[in-house]
Amino acid sequence: MNLALRDIRHNLSRFSLTAVGIGMLLMIVMGMGGIYRGLIEEATLLVDRVGADLWVVQYGTRGPFAEISRIPRKLEDRLQAVPGVSSARAFVTYSVQREHMGKPLRMQVHGLSWPEDKGEWLPLVSGRHLGASHFEMIADRTLGLQLGDRVPLGKNVYTVVGITSDMFSIAGDGLAFFTLLDSLDIQYDYSGEAIRLERNARRARVARIDWGKTEPKLLERAELPSASLPAIAPPAVSAVLVQIKAGADPASVMAALSGWADVTVFTREQQNELLLKGVVDRSRRQLGLFRGILIVVSAIIMALILYTLTLEKLHDIAMLKLIGARNSVILSLILQQAILLGIFGYIIAFCAGKWVFPLFPRRVIITQDDLVFLALIVAAMSVVASVLGIWKAMRAEPNEVVS
Amino acid sequence: MTQSTAAVQVQALTKVYGSGDVQVVAMRDVSFTLSKGEVVALLGPSGAGKSTLLTVIGLINAPTSGKLIIGNDLIADGPRPMGDLRSYRRRFIGYVLQKANLIPFLTALENVQLALEINDVSGRIARGRAMELLEELGVGHRTKNLPYMLSGGEQQRVAVARALANRPRVVLADEPTAALDSLRGRQVMELFRSVAHEHGTTVMVATHDHRSLDIFDRILEMEDGILRSNHASGTKEG
Repeated sequence: MNLALRDIRHNLSRFSLTAVGIGMLLMIVMGMGGIYRGLIEEATLLVDRVGADLWVVQYGTRGPFAEISRIPRKLEDRLQAVPGVSSARAFVTYSVQREHMGKPLRMQVHGLSWPEDKGEWLPLVSGRHLGASHFEMIADRTLGLQLGDRVPLGKNVYTVVGITSDMFSIAGDGLAFFTLLDSLDIQYDYSGEAIRLERNARRARVARIDWGKTEPKLLERAELPSASLPAIAPPAVSAVLVQIKAGADPASVMAALSGWADVTVFTREQQNELLLKGVVDRSRRQLGLFRGILIVVSAIIMALILYTLTLEKLHDIAMLKLIGARNSVILSLILQQAILLGIFGYIIAFCAGKWVFPLFPRRVIITQDDLVFLALIVAAMSVVASVLGIWKAMRAEPNEVVS
Repeated sequence: MTQSTAAVQVQALTKVYGSGDVQVVAMRDVSFTLSKGEVVALLGPSGAGKSTLLTVIGLINAPTSGKLIIGNDLIADGPRPMGDLRSYRRRFIGYVLQKANLIPFLTALENVQLALEINDVSGRIARGRAMELLEELGVGHRTKNLPYMLSGGEQQRVAVARALANRPRVVLADEPTAALDSLRGRQVMELFRSVAHEHGTTVMVATHDHRSLDIFDRILEMEDGILRSNHASGTKEG
C-alpha cells in the first residue's frame, strides 16, 4: 500500500498548492539558466549569422561589440587587394533611442554594405530583404514595428520592408538593418544649426591663420559642406568584414594583415570569445550565483514544507511505529512525497516556463542539457530536503500515541 | 519456566522513571499470568501504573527489572530487550487506545489492511482478511469511509479490527471506552469478550469503567504502582 499517494490524495488541494509554489520557484531557477543561455546566444548571434571569416577593426581595440571602433571605409579597397581575400564589406553598428508613435524606440542599428550585402543572411519571418540603396529597413519583431511602417530617423523616413525574429544585440535591443550609407546618415545626423555653427567655427579657425588672411578663396572653401573638403575624412565605419577565398589559407591572410599598423584583425572565433569573456562574463557569473542562491533557497523552502508536513503526521507516524511499521515504511512515506513534490514542481515549472518565457523581453533559451541538469538538481534537492522530516519522524516514539 | 496455556507471564516487573534523586517508581514488582483467550480488566485510579504496565507488556517501554514472557518467548529480561521489539509488537501485540488513532488518510479497510501489509501479508490477502474482520465486527458497510466519516463507536471497531488483524497473542486496550457513551462502551467491551473467546486472543483492558466489569473473566487492580488484587470476575481477593 502506498501511503505517500494516499496521503496526497487525502490532502490533494494542499499538495497541489505546495507543488505550484515549488514549481514557481523552480521556474525561476529554470529561467535564470535560460536567460544565461539567451545572453550567450544574443552575444554571439550576429557574429555567427554575419558569417565573416575575419573582423578587421580599429587598431588596439576589441571590435565594435566591446568598445568603439572606427576605421576608414576605404579600408575595404585595401583589403580586397590582399591575396586570399574573396570579399570585404564595411560594417557599422551603434545603438539609437528615438521616439516612434509616442513610445520610445531603442534599437541597435546595423549598416549593410549595399549592394553586396542585402541582408540575405537574415532570418526573415515576413517581408523581404533590402531592395533599394536608401530609405528601407529590416527590423526585429521585438521592436514592435510592422511591415510598411514608416520610421523617421534623422532627416529621412525609412520604410520597414522585412521583419526578423530573435535578432538581439548584446544589450538585448532588437536589431535594425539599413544600408551602410543610410546607417551613417542616421549616425551622423546633425541639425542645420549645428552645421551652420560648425562651418562658422571652421571659417573662424581659417581666418586666424596667416594663410587664411592672405587667401580669401580659402575662407570661402572653409564654409563648404564637409563632403566637398578633401581635408575632412568621410565618416568612419565600425569594422570591415573579410571573406576568405575557398581554398585560401586563413592563417596566411591573418599573417599578412597583422603587419598592418592601423588595424587589428580577429577571426570569427576570437570575436566570439572576446564577446563571451569580456562583455558577457560578469552577467554570466552574476546569473550563475543568483541561480545557485535560488537553488539553495528552494531547497530550504522545500525542506521546511516537508518538515511541516511531517510534523502534521507525527502522531500517525508514532501510531505506525506502535503497530510495528518498519522504519523503511516511514522513510519511504516522506521520501516519496518529497520526490513527488519535486516531480510535480518540475513539471509545473516546465509548463509554466513554456508559457511565460516567450513573454520575456529578452531571449530565454531552455536547452535539453539544462532540463536534465535541473531535473538532477531537483531530485537531489528533494532527497536533501526530506532529511529534516525523516530525522524528525525517526525520533517519533510510539509512546506519544499511548500517552 | 513457561507454560503452554499461558499467553503472557509477567515476573516481578518494575519500572522506574528518572534517575538519582528524581526517581519515580511507576510500577513495582508486578507479577501475574494471563491465559489464552482470557479477558482481563486492569483497574486502578489515575497514576496507579496501569498505563505503565500496558506499555511494558506492549513492548513500548522496557522494564527497569523483571521478566516478560509472551507465549514461550522471553521478550524482556530487565531493561535489555531480547530482540527487535518492533517486530515482536508487529507479530504478537494488538493495541486499542482511548482514541481510535486511525490513520486519517486511509479508509477503514485500508487502516486494517495496512496492519497486515506491515506484517508482510500480500496486498490481496490482506485486503480479504481486513474485509472479513470488518464484516465480523459489524462495520463491513463502512469499509470505504475515511475515519472522520465514522462515528466514535465505528472508529473503535475499526481500531479493534486493526488490532486483531495479525492474530496477535495479546490485545492491550487502554481506556478504549472513555470517549464513548455507556451503551457504545459496553458494546466495545462485549466485542473484546467475543474476540477473546472466539479467536483465543488474550485481551487486557485498562479501564475506569466499573459498569462493564461483568464482561471480564478476571480483574487486576493496581494502586501506587503495586498490583493489589488479582481475582476472577465476581469474586474478590486480597
